[in-house]
Amino acid sequence: MSEGTPARISRHTRLDSYVDRYATRTRGMTASEIRALFAVASRPEVVSLAGGMPSISSLPLDAVADTVARLVAARGASVLQYGSGQGDPVLREQICTVMAPEGIDAHPDDVVVTVGSQQGLDLVTRIFCDPGDVVICEAPSYVGALGVFRAYECDVVHVEMDDDGLVPEALRQALGTLRARGARVKFVYTVPNHHNPAGVTLSWPRRAEVLAICAEHDVLLVEDNPYGLLGFKGDPLPALRAEEAERVVYLGSFSKTFAPGLRVGWVLAPHAVREKLVLAQESATLCPPAFSQAVVSTYLAEHDWRGQVSAFSETYRERRDAMLEAMTEHLPGSVRWTRPDGGFYVWATLPEGLDAKAMLPRAVTARVAYVPGTAFYADGFGTRCVRLSYCHPTPERIREGVRRLAKVLGAELELRAIFGTAPAGARGAASRYETAGPDSS
Amino acid sequence: MSRVVVLAGGLSHERDVSLRSGRRVSQALRGHGVDVDELDISAELLPALQSDPPACVIPLVHGAAGEDGALRDVLELVGVPYVGARPDACRLAFDKPVAKTLVARAGLRTPAAVALPAEAFKELGARTVMDSVLAEVGLPLVVKPARGGSALGCTVVRAADALPGAMVSCFAYDRVALVERFVAGTEVAVTVLEQPAGELRALPPVEVRPDGEVYDYAARYTAGATEFVAPAEIPAGALTACEEAALTAHRTLGLRHLSRTDLMVDAEGVWFLEVNVAPGVTDTSLVPLAVEAAGLDLGAVYAELAATARSGD
Repeated sequence: MSEGTPARISRHTRLDSYVDRYATRTRGMTASEIRALFAVASRPEVVSLAGGMPSISSLPLDAVADTVARLVAARGASVLQYGSGQGDPVLREQICTVMAPEGIDAHPDDVVVTVGSQQGLDLVTRIFCDPGDVVICEAPSYVGALGVFRAYECDVVHVEMDDDGLVPEALRQALGTLRARGARVKFVYTVPNHHNPAGVTLSWPRRAEVLAICAEHDVLLVEDNPYGLLGFKGDPLPALRAEEAERVVYLGSFSKTFAPGLRVGWVLAPHAVREKLVLAQESATLCPPAFSQAVVSTYLAEHDWRGQVSAFSETYRERRDAMLEAMTEHLPGSVRWTRPDGGFYVWATLPEGLDAKAMLPRAVTARVAYVPGTAFYADGFGTRCVRLSYCHPTPERIREGVRRLAKVLGAELELRAIFGTAPAGARGAASRYETAGPDSS
Repeated sequence: MSRVVVLAGGLSHERDVSLRSGRRVSQALRGHGVDVDELDISAELLPALQSDPPACVIPLVHGAAGEDGALRDVLELVGVPYVGARPDACRLAFDKPVAKTLVARAGLRTPAAVALPAEAFKELGARTVMDSVLAEVGLPLVVKPARGGSALGCTVVRAADALPGAMVSCFAYDRVALVERFVAGTEVAVTVLEQPAGELRALPPVEVRPDGEVYDYAARYTAGATEFVAPAEIPAGALTACEEAALTAHRTLGLRHLSRTDLMVDAEGVWFLEVNVAPGVTDTSLVPLAVEAAGLDLGAVYAELAATARSGD
């Protein structure tokens, strides 16, 4: 190329004036092609088996609308005002009633209302965790929880699960190893019922074992239970918190039993913890939204919320059945999956050599979407896994989605057979509960 | 000007990018006093265009359907003026191997490459074909979908054993892969703008300096992850060569109104990589940087393009 001097004075820009000023914890906050693909998944042409959106259309929306209108007309001056940092006292009493079917005997004073249970988890992590502290999670674990732990710069250690939930011996071993090396383990985080994303439930015998192990190692347990009342087999299992009040911080939510748009959840915590949570809540939001709390409180008081939860469960059971039947009919025999008895999700492990994240563009082209398994691990495992959600699409759409997914899998398997390889950057092939090499992508 | 419709979204893998482009252009046009409707691709689109025809449509749908000529064919059928290349030109430009062949015939230098469908590997044996590709193209090389944008499905391959994985990743986005010799050099994008009188103008070349090794999806759409320099800090002769290459590509492919040509500059000169008929206009895209470097206003540019399209050019 001919030599010469630049023609003009050039402007240098990074299109972000603050690029050198962000906290180091923002380093992972980059644009993601996988996230971008979900913009397509939101289109009606695509059967989305990705999102965990409750079936809000099952609610008596006219009655809810009437409730909201009357609330504003009769109590607008108070419900549109700031409220208590701990949350509305009447709602906190009602929350105790909501927790009772799972064996929890709680006092309203120990309940802190939060902006969804997601904020509850954020507050719990905020008051317990310094950077570098260890949080133990199931493998896989809820993606939203992993995001919170990442934000507070915690080290996440995953512990094996199987069809009965968290494996006690694996938990004991992990705690022992961590303690031996001087790690500061702050809590064990678990979704015991109808796990997101694994779809399994911690069995009754294991609940006592897990609590005993936490006691043995003097470690707190955070029980995240948004799906506990959404079982398909009769009464729910007793909560971990029902057995142990001092060592368990319990997170609850109305997002699945009523409406996620209201963003109302709660934390039930031992007295001293609760005091700190209230102060943390006040510094975060001043108070949880008074209007949303009033809507939830009125709904609980005036509507058959238990009947509605049963109706939700029946809706989800039908959809679960549709998904499992379609998977059995259409997917290759080499795919394995869990059989949830409640909640929203099936966790599937694809054949050896496949990479769910690399396959997602092909799936979106075929108008079906899922969440790749790596999203549910802090350490890159889950390459071969997918979370399939049955809560939102109708049974017909679920069946169509699984049919499309089967074709995508067929094409991907054929391609793998041609090239005889895993895709670039996907060395590991972690299945549901295996701990194979990490996915470096 | 009376009402303009900005078309953005669609169902391609670049839907999110397209929506961002649409919002930015719409805002810029409104800031320029233009009445804008933002519409997505759906079954309601054609009835809406037919029942209340806008003065002009600005298609900002990226990826297949948006840039392969299909959408513009439909706009031609409806008889609505639109900004950008006509369908036949889109078909040539959006297909990277075809575009490379045509601009090479016009005298532009473009890296050695082969375009291969997945079936070729199946029928001829993957190992044999990959060995031939490695012998022909050499390492390092880039595997990219023949049709697509935003660097989706693109992988730089530096070792032979990484090629199979790169091929599989690429075929997740398109059925044909372009395997191209990797050119190490300065990455430059040149926007070509059609002036109201019809003459073409190359805007100042924008140099791309990603923090990482490649200008991938994250580098493109994460503010701060890439440094842009406009005009590119390359010798004056190279700047001129880049501008001329982009003008040649625009003319050779029969493009119209606006295009963006991506080039690499090394010691040997300027290399044509690809051309975009509906280039991104997001907050981190290259066209707005070129417009700004030229001392122009984005809203005014698109308003003028809409006026040009409306005038029947």
